[in-house]
Amino acid sequence: MPLEFEKPIEELEAKIAELEGFAASSGVDLSDELQVLRERLAQLKAETFSNLSRWERVQLARAPGRPTTLDVIGSIMSDFVELSGDRTFGDDAAVVGGLARLEGQSVVVVGHQKGRDTKENIRRNFAMPHPEGYRKAMRLMDLADRFGRPFIAFIDTPGAYPGISAEERGQAWVIAQSIQRMARLRVPAIAVILGEGGSGGALAIGVGNRVLILENAWYSVISPESCAAILWRDAKEAAKAAEALKLTAPDLLSLGIVDRIIPEPDGGAHRNPAAAMAGIRQALLETLAELAHLGPEELFEDRYRRFRGLGQYQN
Amino acid sequence: MALERLFRRRRAQGEARDIPELWTKCPKCDAQIYKKDLETNLYVCPKCSHHLRMPADRRVAMLADAGSFEEITGLKPTDPLGFVDTEPYPKRLERYQREAGRPDAIVGGRCTIGGVPSVLLVMDYAFAGGSMGSVVGEEITRGVEQAAQEGRAVVIVAVSGGARMQEAALSLMQMAKTTLALDRLWARRLPYVSILTDPTTGGVTASFAALADVILAEPGALIGFAGPRVIKQTIRQDLPEGFQRSEFLLKHGMVDQVVDRRQLKGTVAQVLKLLHPSTVNRVG
Repeated sequence: MPLEFEKPIEELEAKIAELEGFAASSGVDLSDELQVLRERLAQLKAETFSNLSRWERVQLARAPGRPTTLDVIGSIMSDFVELSGDRTFGDDAAVVGGLARLEGQSVVVVGHQKGRDTKENIRRNFAMPHPEGYRKAMRLMDLADRFGRPFIAFIDTPGAYPGISAEERGQAWVIAQSIQRMARLRVPAIAVILGEGGSGGALAIGVGNRVLILENAWYSVISPESCAAILWRDAKEAAKAAEALKLTAPDLLSLGIVDRIIPEPDGGAHRNPAAAMAGIRQALLETLAELAHLGPEELFEDRYRRFRGLGQYQN
Repeated sequence: MALERLFRRRRAQGEARDIPELWTKCPKCDAQIYKKDLETNLYVCPKCSHHLRMPADRRVAMLADAGSFEEITGLKPTDPLGFVDTEPYPKRLERYQREAGRPDAIVGGRCTIGGVPSVLLVMDYAFAGGSMGSVVGEEITRGVEQAAQEGRAVVIVAVSGGARMQEAALSLMQMAKTTLALDRLWARRLPYVSILTDPTTGGVTASFAALADVILAEPGALIGFAGPRVIKQTIRQDLPEGFQRSEFLLKHGMVDQVVDRRQLKGTVAQVLKLLHPSTVNRVG
């Protein structure tokens, strides 16, 4: 299902495909007409995708078919051994993680996991973790520290789950603990925002020495819909809220909240996942190399300095 | 107009309602209380012990030893995103500053508490619902770092609707920044007591407020991650009686004690004296 602003592009693509089919089957030479249409398509794509509003980017970040954490692990890593459970209460399918190899380096990886279809999304609670999900993440952080393996976190959540059971089991407490646990890692820590970076539920695994973000991902203190519901008293004003929140990758880079933008293929990662994966892999390898010369205490101090400097105020 | 606004604001804060000025009504039991009595009773209803919201300055006076408080806060907020919703953020800030009488939602300083050298930080609900933006995050971080350097204990009184939307991701980053600062304190084995008051939710609960050595809560305070309205909308069910109140959190193991405000100073001082390194353990 195309997004609203993708429709003209999809229509034109369909028309081109139709003409190509007709030309092939009938033997009529339509190459001039096709050439014109292809040029128009390229122009339309360039216009649409170079002028995306912040709200349109939010929709790309949520587009069906966008690579999920398990897609990325499966594509750019090998020898993945998934590890489950928080050893306290249960296993949260909204958070996945385990051991894997990235270009010969053994790493510990964790991430929010969206479903690829409705059924899986329900099982995974639309990537909205309960406390046990964050406790699983903390277990994996312990593992990374104990075995001196780099820790890689993929962020893609609308937010931590706002429900009775989550509150009863201390949602705020585990998010705070997870932030603290990740901050204390004595190994290289990299966070990659794949799609949605929804508030504290995202930050809980976002305390990296470096924070990378895909070109069309978003990261903020609140979703545009919830922000609109509170400040405009109307969730339908989400587009305005998205503009005000400055939640896109370029916004966040200029504020120093992220360190690097990973480019996406034309039209977003869901239109060409392989190209997006190649970008993620390259960015991770370069970032790991950048951090490789830092010792355990230096890595901690590097992270302290990185987050210590964030915020704007007057004396 | 101004008078009407004043009353509306006071009502919204749960501090007082109804004229005449000298008297106020308890929002819980409707008892008529002489305002002076309410103040001397630390804003606790003398009839039903309901804890009304207490102004930040009064909290400082209640917790710091008399004459010991020396303010260290005073940073001013900016508008890093050029945020405009139904009105521009700088306009809102001006109004909050006028209403609360301080530059942002926190006041803090060096003091002693029960004789123990401390840094006391008190959030102020009167300023934007105690929301945490860059200033609150920076003041807490500086206060904690300063305490670590000077060998002081830290006491933070939390009251907050959460992270401040108008500073968006920068507000979110304050959760990480304040949490990291606590490491400096832990490295020096200096105690940190967190006091959760009505309401403490969102990014404040989910960062420094939940990471204290000892967590105390005032009776009946709303404490949680998501606000009750959001939860209700998500699950489309009514919430159980007492959900997300201090007593609920005590039952679920999230806080150490629910303490009546009239005993709070004594409990805090006792904890600090038991944990602070200046109180040497005698053996035998």
